[in-house]
Amino acid sequence: MLAWTIYISFLGVLVLMLLPRDAARAARIVALTSAVLGCAVALIGSVEQARQTNLGDVTTIVQIPWISSIGATYFLAADGISLMLVVLTGLAAIAGILFSWNIEKRTKEFFAFYLALIGGVYGVFLSFDLLLLFMFYELTIIPKYFLIARWGSTRKEYGAMKLALYSFVGSHLVLIGLVAAWVVARAQTGVTTLNLLTLSHVAFPPAFQHWVFPLVFVGFAILAGMWPFHTWAPTGHVAAPTAGSMLLAGVVMKLGAYGCLRVAMVLFPEGMHEWQWAIATLAVIGIIYGAGVALVQRDFKFVIGYSSVSHMGFVLLGLATLNTIGLDGAVLQMFSHGIIAGLLFGVVGRMVYDRTHTRDFNELEHMNLGKRLPFAGVTFVIAGVASMGLPGFSGFVAEFQVLLGAWQAYPVAAIFCGVGIVLGVAYTLRALQKAFYSDLPPADHNGQDDHPLPPITVPERAGAVLLIGASLVIGLFPQLLMDWIEPCIKSPMFARLINGGAQ
Amino acid sequence: MNPVDYLQILRLAAPETIVTVTMLAVLAVDLTVLRGRSLTMRFRFGAMLSVLGCAIAGIYAFGRQDHFDLLNGILLMDPQTDFVKVAILALSIFTILISTGGKFTDHVGEYLSLILLGTVGLMFLVSAGDLLMIFVSLELASLTLYILTAFNKRNVRSSEAALKYFLFGGTSAAFLLFGFSLLYGVAGSTNLNEIAHNLAGKSLDPLLLVALVMTIIGFGFKVAAVPFHLWAPDAYEGAPTPSAAFIGAGSKVASFFVLARILSIGFAGSPGSAVWHGYASGWMPVIAVISALSMVLGNLTAIVQSSVKRLLAYSAIAHAGYMLLGVLSNTIPGQNALMFYVITYGLTVIGAFGVVTVIEEATGGDALKNFAGLSRRAPLLALCLLVFLLSLGGIPPLAGFVGKFFLFSAAVGADETHLGLLWLVILAVAMSAVSFYYYLRVLKQAYVEDAPDGAPAIRVPVITLAALVVVLGCAPGLLTRYL
Repeated sequence: MLAWTIYISFLGVLVLMLLPRDAARAARIVALTSAVLGCAVALIGSVEQARQTNLGDVTTIVQIPWISSIGATYFLAADGISLMLVVLTGLAAIAGILFSWNIEKRTKEFFAFYLALIGGVYGVFLSFDLLLLFMFYELTIIPKYFLIARWGSTRKEYGAMKLALYSFVGSHLVLIGLVAAWVVARAQTGVTTLNLLTLSHVAFPPAFQHWVFPLVFVGFAILAGMWPFHTWAPTGHVAAPTAGSMLLAGVVMKLGAYGCLRVAMVLFPEGMHEWQWAIATLAVIGIIYGAGVALVQRDFKFVIGYSSVSHMGFVLLGLATLNTIGLDGAVLQMFSHGIIAGLLFGVVGRMVYDRTHTRDFNELEHMNLGKRLPFAGVTFVIAGVASMGLPGFSGFVAEFQVLLGAWQAYPVAAIFCGVGIVLGVAYTLRALQKAFYSDLPPADHNGQDDHPLPPITVPERAGAVLLIGASLVIGLFPQLLMDWIEPCIKSPMFARLINGGAQ
Repeated sequence: MNPVDYLQILRLAAPETIVTVTMLAVLAVDLTVLRGRSLTMRFRFGAMLSVLGCAIAGIYAFGRQDHFDLLNGILLMDPQTDFVKVAILALSIFTILISTGGKFTDHVGEYLSLILLGTVGLMFLVSAGDLLMIFVSLELASLTLYILTAFNKRNVRSSEAALKYFLFGGTSAAFLLFGFSLLYGVAGSTNLNEIAHNLAGKSLDPLLLVALVMTIIGFGFKVAAVPFHLWAPDAYEGAPTPSAAFIGAGSKVASFFVLARILSIGFAGSPGSAVWHGYASGWMPVIAVISALSMVLGNLTAIVQSSVKRLLAYSAIAHAGYMLLGVLSNTIPGQNALMFYVITYGLTVIGAFGVVTVIEEATGGDALKNFAGLSRRAPLLALCLLVFLLSLGGIPPLAGFVGKFFLFSAAVGADETHLGLLWLVILAVAMSAVSFYYYLRVLKQAYVEDAPDGAPAIRVPVITLAALVVVLGCAPGLLTRYL
């Protein structure tokens, strides 16, 4: 059933391509229908699987031979982590479409690329064959590029090309590791396979793991925004159209983190142990650096862009702790950040920028947006406190667990993280104050202020409510998702990783 | 040697014979029945006839299951060679189809019959297991390619390109012949199997090394590998676009097939080694160096091109570098990967040139700016271009990606314990990341830029090829089962 998330998205692309050129309204409806259907399938399928099976086990959805000569199969499956990310993708997809309801320029192409991206993301989260996973992973690059280059703003072509090249270089690092791992596994076991489950039992020679692990991990981590390979993220996020930034921060960065966990760490546990300290260090630098840079930005969207780097640092740090609680936190943080970052970008890109046509704090300060766009203000307050990690929202549960895990593994890192969290509070409050609740008088009286800003539309409200609701539900009842994540982390697949590389 | 009668030779060479007869028929019909008719009409009718002939030859070759070695390597036949012939015929059919709208010549009959004659040469080349036969069929194919390049008599660049191609080609043919004669002198035979047998156990003496290098130079020219590539950009740019497609597709398939056969069978005794820290002299290090140079130079030079045909020429040089990886792995999976890659590359490149042909007809040029706003002017054509270029760039789920995966895994898998060829694969992967940039530049014009005012709408899709590229990418088994 879950496989239909992928098929529905690509069917949506097909239908959109067949629509007449100027059918903007129809295009929106088709896109929204596919996204809602996809999300519904994701939710129903996940709940069903959660009821029927142990979520720590990888449940096969479909497995058919594909390219027998290299042992590739069309193998879709899911465990709790995949399910959580699939649901996240579904939610983010709906919200993104609601927030881009106002796209008038070549609407149908916009949504076609959008749904292609969503379909690819679903595919990555559900693939348990390395080649298939890689295929879906690369499939997401092209729509990203066109979404940004065609419908973006500020230096869009530069941002788009940078993002595409970073992604492509990353995925090619992964490809090298993948080919090498395939050959070594064949030499060692005599089995020609690309099945992730089979390969996760192969004990690759330590010397091999030591060089191939960083290759694959960095390849994926580029997309997860790991410092110092994060520079695509702020420029890409800023250049992208609102829905593009929501997806980039919301789910595409998760692709990277998911790949790190599912492929690099599971296949090469000894390599992970060798490089654990390095990853933890880079993650901490990312947390503090991202937050610090966010604190001094003039462009509203850059603040959110750098905050993503900072928050994704928590995911990477959680992965680097290699203990159960840290990994739990990392996975939950993927979900949490996906929701909250989507919301923040929605407010900045759609609610504010599309109305005021500026993201410069120096200009926004004079606009008194807190009064003129109260809904936007309130939404940003909620999103901001969720992002800061206020208890009651998903961010708190996730980052708290990461900190606990880090405290066990690297106490120093946990202390530095505390600094990062304080900085996070600072930049969020600064942005909030400057953008919405500054009491400065209007800069000039050339009539700009007299124009009433268009009111917040229904789709925007719906999107915001959806995301706030998701964050609140998980914040108040974290057990809902922890029940999906914990059995996975404790499953045999991750046992090698947590038990120090031994079988 | 088995005695054979002429009837049997005719039967064994039936596909080639059919194509030859078709060629004569096309020529005759164009000069008699169609005389004085409109250009379009003549092109359509001639193309129909040619396609029909190729299709019959292809079906005949596809249906038979013989193994035969006629006259000690003059005409080798087995299901694999037959399948490669089918692939070459298919590529010729597509080449003919994309040329039908052309206005570059009035000599329709001659043009089509030369393509068919070149196809015959390539088909004999695939079946050749003897140095003499290899040389003769290679020359037959090459000579037709020179003329095809020069075919646009209204364009001075076409003649210039052809002259350049011809001079380089003639020199390289001389090298090849010289290499072959040395090889004959050392081994005492022109048959590849006998050469291998006679050379077995001998050390690599200087004379053999010279023969080896000369042979590789000859073929390096045919496949446009660095440093024998200088003719390629000019030939691709100056030649009528369908001719360039033929040079890039069909001729590559046959050349690579035979190069792999000569090296892996004829020089089986002296492979040497190109693995990291394990160098040993033989043909592998030579191929490895040529491959590395082609990938680096081809991809880096393609970045700065503003003409799409030149860009495709440099990308062809780069692709020759990737393909040499398949030759280098020297294993059965490597051979299969090579053939898969070359055939799908051929389909893709004909498709890309097909799009360029349409653009040229409509806008009068092949510069990047002529592609601006293509997605608005011709959505379907733009989509086809997207498929072709992304496949060349190696993006899944297109055939180019699967081909690359096959090649890379075969090259790394050739030495499982030490991963000796990994260095070259890493280089190839890095360079294919570079290539992504320039393919994306073309697509940016098509999808991101706005169409200039008054740009004509275009509606000639090359859908079949695009569909094939997608299908072969998603289900490569359809092709690999015959290799």
